Amino acid sequence: MADVLVGVVVFPGSNCDHDTEYAVASFDGVRPVMLWHNEHDLKGARAIILPGGFSYGDYLRAGSIARFSPIMQEVIEFARKGFPVLGICNGFQVLLESGLLEGALSRNRDKKFLCCQTNIRPVNCATIFTDQYKEGDVLSIPIAHGEGNYFAPSEVIESLEEHNQIVFKYTDGEGEVTDEANPNGSRNNIAGIMNRQGNVLGLMPHPERASEKLLGSLDGRPLFESLFHHISGV
Amino acid sequence: MPYTAKIKVTLRQSILDVQGKAVEHALKNLGYGTVESARIGKYIEVTINEQDLLQAERIANEISQKLLSNPVMENYSFELEHL
Repeated sequence: MADVLVGVVVFPGSNCDHDTEYAVASFDGVRPVMLWHNEHDLKGARAIILPGGFSYGDYLRAGSIARFSPIMQEVIEFARKGFPVLGICNGFQVLLESGLLEGALSRNRDKKFLCCQTNIRPVNCATIFTDQYKEGDVLSIPIAHGEGNYFAPSEVIESLEEHNQIVFKYTDGEGEVTDEANPNGSRNNIAGIMNRQGNVLGLMPHPERASEKLLGSLDGRPLFESLFHHISGV
Repeated sequence: MPYTAKIKVTLRQSILDVQGKAVEHALKNLGYGTVESARIGKYIEVTINEQDLLQAERIANEISQKLLSNPVMENYSFELEHL
């Protein structure tokens, strides 16, 4: 059976595109295909990943200009049809700017660019992105961002909670959601959310950097496994 | 004659402005005891080649909403100057 294609979008300034390509290529049955920002062709991809980095130099606001690139018009259409789209870090920022996800990401609470290992917990394991995790799993996955402080008005947060759209939260090593475990000031320790339909996920931590033993953690792999099982119909 | 739209984008009061806080602390450290707060925003000048003021105003509004500000966390205002 031919490999299922997974599109990895490359914006000028993306810098996790090849890490993501490498991580995707390490799974059986799928093959990464790179999608240049200036194109309109999704090249038959069954899922799209928006990688981390500094698309368009983070000018104006992180993700704000990438959102209007030619490829994003296709990605938005693809997502609206119900196909899976995953945004990691800057990719999450692009998804928020494009309106596929609700809320915004502002500067980290403590003014610092944070590049470190964090603990997160999948708080909804019944999604196409997380069904290979178990409730109660505490994951060790790195973050690397200056603007990851998730904000949304209270009514939006309530609605996200109510519809189980919060997928990952920052926790301590025991999986407790505490203020000390919140690296960037995100409301309700939110590390990742999805849309109501459940086909678009954005998260600040980098699962592609936790997908190989040599990198110190394999905790990102079940996220990709969940998604790739879904698109391969396994 | 074109117009220049002088657009200001500011963070909403409810959003923590970490850059503003850093500047506020620096000003206090410089001895300006009466400085109470500082907030940082963006100033953007856009030249719009429209003859009609209302049309230029419509465009300035539209681009501010669509791209220049993020309504989830920012407000915008602008003035139009006839060149």
